[in-house]
Amino acid sequence: MSAPVIEAAGLTKHYGRSVAVEGLDLVVNKGEIFGLLGPNGSGKTTTILLLLGLTEPDGGSVRVLGHDPLREPLEVKRRVGYLPDAVGFYDSMSAWENLRYTMRLAGISSAEERIASALARVRLTEVADRRVSTFSRGMRQRLGIADLLAKGSELAILDEPTSGLDPQSTQELLDLIVQLAGEGMTIVLSSHLLSMVQAICSRVALFHRGRVGLVGRVADLASQVLGGSYIIEVEAEGCDTAKIVADVPQITRMTVVASDVTRVDAEIDIRPEIASRIVAAGGRLKRLSMDRSSLDEVYVRYFEQVDHAA
Amino acid sequence: MRREGSPFSGLSTVAMKEAADHMTSPRMHLVMLLVLLTAFGSIYAAIGEIKNTLSEDQFLFLRLFTTAREPLPSFVAFLGFLLPLVAIALGFDAINGEYNRRTMSRILSQPIYRDALLAGKFVGGLLVIGICLLTLWLLMTGMGILMLGLPPSGEEIMRGLAFLIASLAYAGVWLAISMLFSTLFRAPATSALAGLTLWLVFTIFWSMIGPLVAGAIAPVDPFDPTTAVHQAEIAHAIARLSPNTLFGEATLALLNPATRALGLIFVNQLQGALIGAPLPFDQSILLIWPQFSGLIAAMLLVYTIAYVVFQRQEIRA
Repeated sequence: MSAPVIEAAGLTKHYGRSVAVEGLDLVVNKGEIFGLLGPNGSGKTTTILLLLGLTEPDGGSVRVLGHDPLREPLEVKRRVGYLPDAVGFYDSMSAWENLRYTMRLAGISSAEERIASALARVRLTEVADRRVSTFSRGMRQRLGIADLLAKGSELAILDEPTSGLDPQSTQELLDLIVQLAGEGMTIVLSSHLLSMVQAICSRVALFHRGRVGLVGRVADLASQVLGGSYIIEVEAEGCDTAKIVADVPQITRMTVVASDVTRVDAEIDIRPEIASRIVAAGGRLKRLSMDRSSLDEVYVRYFEQVDHAA
Repeated sequence: MRREGSPFSGLSTVAMKEAADHMTSPRMHLVMLLVLLTAFGSIYAAIGEIKNTLSEDQFLFLRLFTTAREPLPSFVAFLGFLLPLVAIALGFDAINGEYNRRTMSRILSQPIYRDALLAGKFVGGLLVIGICLLTLWLLMTGMGILMLGLPPSGEEIMRGLAFLIASLAYAGVWLAISMLFSTLFRAPATSALAGLTLWLVFTIFWSMIGPLVAGAIAPVDPFDPTTAVHQAEIAHAIARLSPNTLFGEATLALLNPATRALGLIFVNQLQGALIGAPLPFDQSILLIWPQFSGLIAAMLLVYTIAYVVFQRQEIRA
C-alpha cells in the first residue's frame, strides 16, 4: 500500500474565539472517494482550506501528497485541484478562456489539447466559446470539474459540489465523480446532504462542531452507531398502528411519520410481531421496511448520543 | 518559516489578463473617453491662445500642455484632476471583485502565491495607464505639429517623457490607494466611494486644510517676521502630503523650464539670477527629484499596506 494522499494529525484552527477545527485527525488513501460530512458550520470548508494551505493552522500537522501545504504550497497546489463551494468564473470570458487562464497560472503551456479533452469530458464542448455569464449552475460546476481535469490533478477536493443543483444535474455530477475516481483520481468531497453522497463515498468522516465524530465506511458506521437499535417503518391502512403495537415490550420509541406511516424504534427485529398484530386487527399491511444504513440516521443518532453524554 | 517556490510565478499571467480585461471593459472606455475629450478641448484652446499671443518662446511646444484659456484649465491641470479618477476606476474592485465573483479561492488554489495576484493586478493596471498616457502624449504632439506647424525640439521631447513618467508615478499612487480600499472593503461601491472621497479631499479641500492647520500649529506673531515664514513653510509641508501637490510641482518644473524653485524663496537667494531664463533639463530634474521620490515612496507605502492587509485576510467568507 502506498503512502496516504492526505495525512492530518491534531489539526486545529480558531477564528478569534470560535473554534473552527479542533484536533482533527484524518487519513485519506489513494483512489478513495472520501466524504467530509456534516451540517453547515461544522468545519468542513476550514478543513479543506487547511489542506490546501490557503489558511494557516494554529496547531497540528498536515501532509498532502507527501508535501507540507504550509511550506511548499506551490507544489501541493500544482497537484491538487480545488472546486470551491459555488465556484466562480470570470463572467466576461468564455469557458475556454477561463480554463486557459488557470492553465497559464498553473504554468502549463500548450494546453489546447488538454482543455479540449477536459471540456469534452464534461460535455461542454459546444459552449466552449460562450461567455460563462450565460452558464447555468450545473454547467459552472461541470466547468469547475473540467478545470481540475485539464490541470491533471491527482487529488480533487470538492466543496459542496452538488449544492444548488437539480436532481438530474446532481446525478450527472456524482456519476462523473465516480468515473474520475475509477481512473485513479483521489477525491475528497464535502457535503451536508448525507444521503446523497453516501452512495458514492468509499469512506466518510462525520463532522460535528469542528471535530470528526466518526470515520469509516458507511455500513460499518451504521452498525457501530445504531448497534442494538432497529428502525422499522410500517405503512398500514384501516387500523391504528400506533395503538395496536404500543404494548410490544421491545419498542423504545414510536413516531407517526405520515397519515398511514409509523416509525417504530425497537431493541430487536420485531417485524413479524408487528405484521401479525396488524393482520389480526383487520388492518391492511402495505409496507414493512427496515433501513439500517441511512447516514442521516447514523448522524442524528450519533450526535444525540454525544450530546447526551456531554 | 521559509516557503518554497517563487512569489513571482504567475505574476505576468495575472498582469496580462488584468490589462486585457481593462482594455476591453466599458468602464475603462468611458473614463478614457472623458480624458480624451478634455485633452482635446484643452489642447485646442491652448493652440488658439498660443497663436494669438505670437510671442517668441524657446519652448513653444511645452506651452501646449500648460497654457490655459478661460474657461478651460490647461491640459496638465486636467490630467492632475482626472488621472486619480482613471486609477480609481481601474483599482476599486481589484480584490473585493474576486471575492464577489467567488473566483478568489479558485485562483489562489492554483500554484501561485497571493503576492503574484496583488502585484499582477497592480502591474496590469499600471501598464494600461502607461499605454493610455503614451497614446495621449503622442496624440497631443501630433496635433501640435499639425496645428502649430513646427516639430518639438529634443529637449522638449525629453521633458515630455519625464512628464509622462511623473504622471505614471502619480497614477500609481492612486492605483495603490484604490487597491488598498478594494482590499479593506468587501463591497465595491464602498471602496469606490472611499477612493472618490479621498480624491475630492486632496484635489479640492487640501488647499484649504493646509493653511488652516499651519495657522493652528504656528500662529504668526506680528512683531516677528520669521514666524510668518515658519507658518508658510509648515503650510507648504502639509500641502506636500497630497500627491496632487507633488504632481503639480513636478509638472510645473518639467514643463515650464523657467521654474527655478518650488516653494518659498527670498530675494537675496535670487541675486544674480536671470529671471525668466530657462534651466537646463538636468537642473529641472534635480529640482523635482524630491517630489518624484515622494510620489514613488507614497506608491510603495500604500501598496505595502494593501499587501499586508491582503496577506492576512482569510480566503473564505
